[in-house]
Amino acid sequence: MYPPKFDYHRASSVEEAIALRKEHDGKFMAGGHSLIPVMKLRLADPGCIVDIGRIDALRGVCPDGATVKIGALTTHASVHASDELPDALPEAAGWIGDPMVRNRGTVGGNVAHADPSSDLPTVLTALGATMKIAGDGGSREVAAADFFTGLFETAMGEDELLTEVSVPAKAAGTGTAYSKLFNPASRYAIVGAAVSVTMSNGTCSSATVAIGGLTPNAKRCGSVEAALAGKEMSEANIEAAANAVAADLGDDILSDIHASADYRKKMASVFVKRAITKAVGRA
Amino acid sequence: MSKKYMGQAIKRVEDPRFIQGQGKYVANLKLPDMAYAAVKRSPYAHATIDNIDASEALAMDGVLAVYTGQDIQAAGIGPIPCGFTPPDIKLPPWHALSVDKARHVGDAVAVVVAESAYIAYDALDAIEVDYTPLDAVVDAKKATEPGAPQVHEETPNNTSFHWPLGDSDAVKAALDASDHVVELDLINQRLIPNAMEPRACVADWSDAMDEMTVWTSSQNPHVIRLLMSAFTLQIPENKLRVISPDVGGGFGSKIFHYPEEIIVPYCSMQLKRPVKWVSSRSEAFLTDAHGRDHVTTAKLGVNNDGTFTAFHVQTWANMGAYLSAFAPMIPTALYITLFAGLYKTPLIFGESFGTMTNTTQVDAYRGAGRPEASYLLERIIDIAARDLNMDPIEIRRKNFIKKDEYPYQTPVALVYDSGDYDLLFDKAMEVAGYNDMLAARDAARAEGRLVGVGVSGCIEASGAGPSKVVTSLGAAVGLWEHGSVRVHPTGKISVMTGTHTHGQGHETTFAQIVAEELGVPIEDIEIIHGDTAKTPFGLGTYASRSAAVGGSAILKSAQKVKEKMKAIAAYQLEAAVEDIVYDADTASMHVKGSPDNAKSFFEISFSALTHNMPDEMEPGLEEHTFFDPPNFTFPNSAHIAMVEVDKDTGEVSLLKYAAVDDVGNVINPMIVEGQLQGGIAQGVGQALLEHGQYDDDGQLLTGSFLDYAMPRADNLPMSDLGRIEIPSPSNPLGVKGAGEMGTIAGTPTVANAVMDALQPMGVRHVEIPHTPLAIHNAIQSAAAAAD
Ligand SMILES: Cc1cc2nc3c(=O)[nH]c(=O)nc-3n(C[C@H](O)[C@H](O)[C@H](O)COP(=O)(O)OP(=O)(O)OC[C@H]3O[C@@H](n4cnc5c(N)ncnc54)[C@H](O)[C@@H]3O)c2cc1C
Repeated sequence: MYPPKFDYHRASSVEEAIALRKEHDGKFMAGGHSLIPVMKLRLADPGCIVDIGRIDALRGVCPDGATVKIGALTTHASVHASDELPDALPEAAGWIGDPMVRNRGTVGGNVAHADPSSDLPTVLTALGATMKIAGDGGSREVAAADFFTGLFETAMGEDELLTEVSVPAKAAGTGTAYSKLFNPASRYAIVGAAVSVTMSNGTCSSATVAIGGLTPNAKRCGSVEAALAGKEMSEANIEAAANAVAADLGDDILSDIHASADYRKKMASVFVKRAITKAVGRA
Repeated sequence: MSKKYMGQAIKRVEDPRFIQGQGKYVANLKLPDMAYAAVKRSPYAHATIDNIDASEALAMDGVLAVYTGQDIQAAGIGPIPCGFTPPDIKLPPWHALSVDKARHVGDAVAVVVAESAYIAYDALDAIEVDYTPLDAVVDAKKATEPGAPQVHEETPNNTSFHWPLGDSDAVKAALDASDHVVELDLINQRLIPNAMEPRACVADWSDAMDEMTVWTSSQNPHVIRLLMSAFTLQIPENKLRVISPDVGGGFGSKIFHYPEEIIVPYCSMQLKRPVKWVSSRSEAFLTDAHGRDHVTTAKLGVNNDGTFTAFHVQTWANMGAYLSAFAPMIPTALYITLFAGLYKTPLIFGESFGTMTNTTQVDAYRGAGRPEASYLLERIIDIAARDLNMDPIEIRRKNFIKKDEYPYQTPVALVYDSGDYDLLFDKAMEVAGYNDMLAARDAARAEGRLVGVGVSGCIEASGAGPSKVVTSLGAAVGLWEHGSVRVHPTGKISVMTGTHTHGQGHETTFAQIVAEELGVPIEDIEIIHGDTAKTPFGLGTYASRSAAVGGSAILKSAQKVKEKMKAIAAYQLEAAVEDIVYDADTASMHVKGSPDNAKSFFEISFSALTHNMPDEMEPGLEEHTFFDPPNFTFPNSAHIAMVEVDKDTGEVSLLKYAAVDDVGNVINPMIVEGQLQGGIAQGVGQALLEHGQYDDDGQLLTGSFLDYAMPRADNLPMSDLGRIEIPSPSNPLGVKGAGEMGTIAGTPTVANAVMDALQPMGVRHVEIPHTPLAIHNAIQSAAAAAD
């Protein structure tokens, strides 16, 4: 498969990357695992590529007090191997694609691409991650819940570069988990549910829950969170909370040959329940 | 007596080059001055081609030419022939490049040749084709209904052929007289083969020599050359060389003559330069022949004691937009003739309608007709067992052909050669731990889990022959095979075969046959195949025929060599031939009783050069055999699987798989086991994952691995394999064939297990693949019905 012709520039710093992109009206490329396939299928014709893959400053998992910073170029394999990150993240990263995809694909590329079936947007939303974005005039921070705005859409402008994602560090009493219904063909998520739950004295003091795969972008599940707060984590309570997810999904439910909208909606509560149960077990 | 080579798990001699990335595939080929072709394909399933404007493409730097269907036709190139033509078949033409109409998404409408592949693909986008879209039809049965869009003028009601076998009235009467009739409507879904290596073709025309060389990723270069020569390109066979070097899998899809094998040589002749085309995976999905795609209605008559009385089947077989090389053979001679299975059903009627649709052509895919037959028969038997409340193995045993009943004439033309199905099932129950499995299933059920056990007993007709019978059924070619053994003056051996290895390991197993027969080290033997200039005509590799037919031809040639060597030794040792002992341990010859005075293999080989042999004997040491088998062989199997269904999601996990096969004598158990493990994976793929789907407009919805679910390692447990070896009397090796049984048996075994898991919910039948969505929906409907 042969992509259309494109120019290639390699950036060695964030500033250079942003300048090169602007100068050539190009597109950033990190691991290339989402970008190159669409170019080969001739669904994308960027004309110019700005390779950010060798900006070493953007790579790595780095604990920083109450948070852990993940450089945008950190691969899924590195996330999967990390002990520093809350469990849901390495768990989800380990289920992405195959070893090649995990060794090349990056966190930044995954979230910037904002595929509705991706795993990381859901997990980062549930963890309350902060996305650090560099632009021409400096950098800004956006909460994950505000970052994913639609189908393949984010709050980032074309001229902006995601540099870092930070998530709360692991904490005693808090458990996180991700549960996923795999698409039998692509192995992306038909439904993915991520949960962070904080327990005290056998009851849930607070929880954040996100769902993805079935909606155009990952969503926080306020109804589930409310149903969990202050409750004892009995199976019945977890199930009741999980069933509340129906109210969080909105009207726009994806549907395809693998999973009808109806099926996906049912699976949302199944996988929210599984994720809560797992997270409570880890808290 | 234990043998040195035969029956030994010798490591594959082809593997070192593959493992090290040193295989030589068509795509690796680079010839001086080579140009690159890309094919413009229809985005519509059904449309008239009103105009093709290539001016913009032709104006691009590096673009050499654009050709259309009209160019190809004007050059006198013939349509792609169909090599199996039952009586009254209607044959719609298939042009390498469509002339006036596109009939499926991916149908080739033009070709561009350029200095590089990049330029060629850029130029594709610049070719403007005006289409008028027409309504499309994609379903095998709906295509025959009144008002359906017509794919070809030549096939009214989109029906190309009707192939009945048996006495329908007698079968209906027997059904009426039966205690029970099990009725089943069943779909055998479309599969897309997906060999790891996509198709590729390089053509090199020599104007000076008037000669064409074509490299193509094919399972049978000789037959491709024949079709090219006699029908399409019409280059005389003596001026046409076809080479299929290393081929990365075929599974049937590389048996056939494809449009690109015509287009690319045509371009080379026009441009007088070598031209290369390599399929992308997306093109492979759209243009490699698909498999299966049957819509079937069946009735099985059963008496209260479980005896089968009669079987009645009607099938609509989707042929796609064109009749591919062997397509009509698959739902007829390779399908209906298998309806007896392992059983003594006295009366059988089957009929198939071959129908044309706006989809990719459908032809042989691993098993080819036999998986379709086995899935149908083994599903309906399971339902019968359930209706009668019998154990699924018991009902099968009740109807088995018994081991002392061979040769066994079935009511559907075939005469089975050998088998012992009771022994087969005894062994399978032992390997699977069947009774423990049932106990585990029942315990899981008591906990409310959905666990099921499934069995199947399958038969396959492989190693087809004799040629006269095969051609009388409608095949345009016989199915004999050539094999020759050439002993070089130094005692090294080249073996020529008309079969082609693309994953089967012939370079190892065929060498084992010769090494065993002649007693020479296996390293001294080279297997040569895949090049029409290097090997005499042969019919290629498919339908589990290569060992049974091709291997037998080689064995016979080796035996002839041995006889000649003995005669030479007799001459040199001044003894009678009858007194010469051929010592296979040392590959030497001596007179009975005097082993010390022996002639070595090398000495005798060399004397064929120097003519130290009887005066009247021809020099040289090379023997040929064209082996035409007296009958098919009949590999058979008992497979057992255990699955668990996730009640919440509908996901199926395959917990355990056990398979006992009778593939006849085994040349290399490691290779046979590999064929079975891989074959089972493909069978499981059909049961649980794979489904080639079109929408009503004829757009392929599963055109990439994002949507077409192939089986992966974590979908499968390692299967527990067992074996019984009952030699086939149909060939001197006693082999039956091992290439397809895993695929044939895998599907019904797993589907039956899933249906057994859902039995407590009252689910009777769910079409395959048993995807999470399909199973979830079945559970929901069953629950709703129970309310
Ligand atoms: C076979 C396969 C299986 C997969 N399975 C899964 C799966 O199961 N779950 C899942 O979640 N994902 C899956 N993926 C997607 C995979 O996670 C992404 O392809 C990968 O993470 C993208 O990262 P990349 O670095 O390769 O991005 P690239 O392909 O380089 O870029 C992707 C897009 O993001 C932009 N971009 C990249 N980095 C930045 C940045 N720092 N700032 C701004 N924009 C940027 C690019 O311009 C481009 O538009 C799969 C992919 C493949 C090929």
